[in-house]
Amino acid sequence: MSNQGPLLALGALLVGAGALAWVAMSSLEDNKVYYYSPTEVMEKQAVGTTVRLGGMVEAGSHHFDPAGPTLDFRVTDGQKSLAVHGTVAPPQMFREGIGVVIEGHLDDKGTFQAEQVLVKHDNEYKAPEDGQMPDIEATLADR
Amino acid sequence: MNTFGIPELGRFFVLASVAFASMGAVTGLAAGARRSLQGWRWAKSLALGFAGSMIAANLLMIWALISHDFSVLYVAKVGSLSTPLYFTIVSLWASLDGSILFWGGILGVYVGAFALIEGDRRREYTPWALGVLLAVCVFFAMLVASVADPFARVTPIPPDGPGPNPLLQNHWLMAVHPPFLYLGFVGMVVPFAMGCASLLAGRLESGWLAPLRRWFLVPYAFLTVAIMLGGWWSYEVLGWGGYWAWDPVENASFMPWLTGTAFLHSVMVTQRRKRLKTWTLLLLFATFLLTLFGTFLTRSGVFNSVHSFTQSDIGPIFLGFIAVVFTATSVLVAVRESVLESEAPAGEDWLTRRVGKVHPLSRELYILAQNLTFTVFTMVVLLGTVFPLVMEAWDGTRLSVGQPFFDRFALPLGLMIVVLMGLGPALPWGRMKQSTATRRVLMPFIPAALLGAATLPFTEFSLITAQAITLCTWALWLNLAEYATPVRQRMTSQNEPVFTAATRAFLRARRRFGGHIAHTGIIVVVLGITASKGFQETSEVTLTPGQAVEVGGYEAVFTGAEEVMQDHRKSLVANVVVRHNGADLGVLQPALNYYPRQREPIPAPDVRAGFTHDYYLSLMAVAPDNSWVSLKVMRTPFVTWIWLGTLITAFGTLIALWPTRARARATAPSAQGAPA
Repeated sequence: MSNQGPLLALGALLVGAGALAWVAMSSLEDNKVYYYSPTEVMEKQAVGTTVRLGGMVEAGSHHFDPAGPTLDFRVTDGQKSLAVHGTVAPPQMFREGIGVVIEGHLDDKGTFQAEQVLVKHDNEYKAPEDGQMPDIEATLADR
Repeated sequence: MNTFGIPELGRFFVLASVAFASMGAVTGLAAGARRSLQGWRWAKSLALGFAGSMIAANLLMIWALISHDFSVLYVAKVGSLSTPLYFTIVSLWASLDGSILFWGGILGVYVGAFALIEGDRRREYTPWALGVLLAVCVFFAMLVASVADPFARVTPIPPDGPGPNPLLQNHWLMAVHPPFLYLGFVGMVVPFAMGCASLLAGRLESGWLAPLRRWFLVPYAFLTVAIMLGGWWSYEVLGWGGYWAWDPVENASFMPWLTGTAFLHSVMVTQRRKRLKTWTLLLLFATFLLTLFGTFLTRSGVFNSVHSFTQSDIGPIFLGFIAVVFTATSVLVAVRESVLESEAPAGEDWLTRRVGKVHPLSRELYILAQNLTFTVFTMVVLLGTVFPLVMEAWDGTRLSVGQPFFDRFALPLGLMIVVLMGLGPALPWGRMKQSTATRRVLMPFIPAALLGAATLPFTEFSLITAQAITLCTWALWLNLAEYATPVRQRMTSQNEPVFTAATRAFLRARRRFGGHIAHTGIIVVVLGITASKGFQETSEVTLTPGQAVEVGGYEAVFTGAEEVMQDHRKSLVANVVVRHNGADLGVLQPALNYYPRQREPIPAPDVRAGFTHDYYLSLMAVAPDNSWVSLKVMRTPFVTWIWLGTLITAFGTLIALWPTRARARATAPSAQGAPA
């Protein structure tokens, strides 16, 4: 009797840990969001699944109507390009040729429905080149 | 070339600290093994030498920054003649090499304080602790001396520098959050070394656990506040309106807090019952390892998140160090564990020797449950954090683990923690009679549940909110009752007036009341999270001048956007006239700040914070011709409770830390008369 208590406790602990690991792994499976390029999205054709689409805004492809608001553009990885549609305003840095990450899903008409559009951040703070002085005006003019 | 300036003096201090640390590590460990009094004194002096040279190196760097000595590499990287003095000083942690130096400086302060305060006491442990402490210092000093050398000489000397990272200049919280986090992370090395010392010495008595716990509480309090400051900064600056995104960098600071909180509870069992010794030490070591792992996550740039603006090649070195510490502590535990546990009475089986006999209606059981809950929480966060890294390393698949994964576990675990915060303090050590438990613990649940149910009509019948309010009220009640009972006893038995009774009861058991205050703070935080996550009203709109948007009873009219030039930045500002229930709140000015040489603007939301709710306006984008703006508008209830609650918890921690009159406690008969 006195030796069964601890054994039972250990057994219960193991069963609990196993159940927990199973729950954790399955919810991991449910909540992982893949990161794809336009080519990969077109290959997989996973209509309806939430993914992150990464690529560049194709030159001359974007149009924003503030009245909607509706945003339309094409995103490219250099090989293939994909039409994106969303009812969000473009982020401040949005322009042609810039890297973007779009969270959303492919609809059955082959358009990527965007829920969120993010401009890919260049996290590293750049030290200046020799002799280069701060130029806010140029940065602002670029927007 | 025979120049001798700040770069050379700085290198001298850094190299001196390497020398002091390595000699001290060897001396301390040798003195522990040989029980040499002479060696112990030497180790203490060498520790002070390390502290002195590291602190001197930091002061020298601050001086170099203030005097704009651009011959120093770090100053040339982050200094600028046009940066205001205040930002110049905080530039010490603006970039990787500076923050590693700052890290070393804080390490110096902790090591120096430990040597001065504990250096002459408890000779069976202290030399070991000094040895381990200085061994860790060797690593950090070497890091400053090699890969992250901030004192390298720059030739030719540049006339000016670029100034610090814009994020540092954008909000005052960035001047406060990093030092708090470092004070929290770095300080964990002291209790870690003390824990190693007890394994090396093969003993762990209350006489050593008491100071160990105090040395743990100091960085723990800093870490607690630092996590909150990080969330607050994210809320005030990043412009998305939230404060916690389960970002790897946030998780990095949260995981050691979780294991640390578990440690603070299991150490009570160890002190009182002489049980759970190995487990308590494992939690302590896990906490230290997780601070190292967190530093690795944030500083190596393995994640491209908002925090990793200081990336470099220290990643592999750090990972190597973590592997060394992990292996060393594992071996130490495996070899010495049985020595510690041998103090338990003979004739018990393996598990009982370590855990002891636990009654269902005892505080011990709920501390064990708390430990289990916090460990599971840590595992879940760790899994969600490293899974994408492992997958990418495995076959190059790039993916992320969404917030729902973390929320799915955080919600039940959070409520579980609230329940345990009520049960643990309400039950005594040993056991409670069932009838007493029913009366004192179960009965208060009824009014709490009624209160929770009463909120239903106001929350669109949100069951989860009603649950949270019920459990929080119940836990709060049980904690307050724990405070009120001794006060009432004093009033009746000693005939003291309320105020005197309250003060005396408090002073006699500061540590216990500190715990109740800390619990109260966490309950306030949980209520804040429940309300702000569940009842946030939010809208993302695109407005042209004259257009209005209504969110949560606030009417906001966009009147126009403009460019505003300030001395160190340029801002795009949206002017928004806000009215609430007919009252004019004036013009809110959410902005986007542009800094020199940074392409992306940094948002500056305009927040009207209040006790019951915040009104939050964030500027997301401005049309090139200022003809429209895109705004995020939010009304978030009770979000300030999260910041306030954390401060209450930190205050409780300090109360628990404050030395009680040790002599009074030592002579008093052990409270409750629980068998030790």
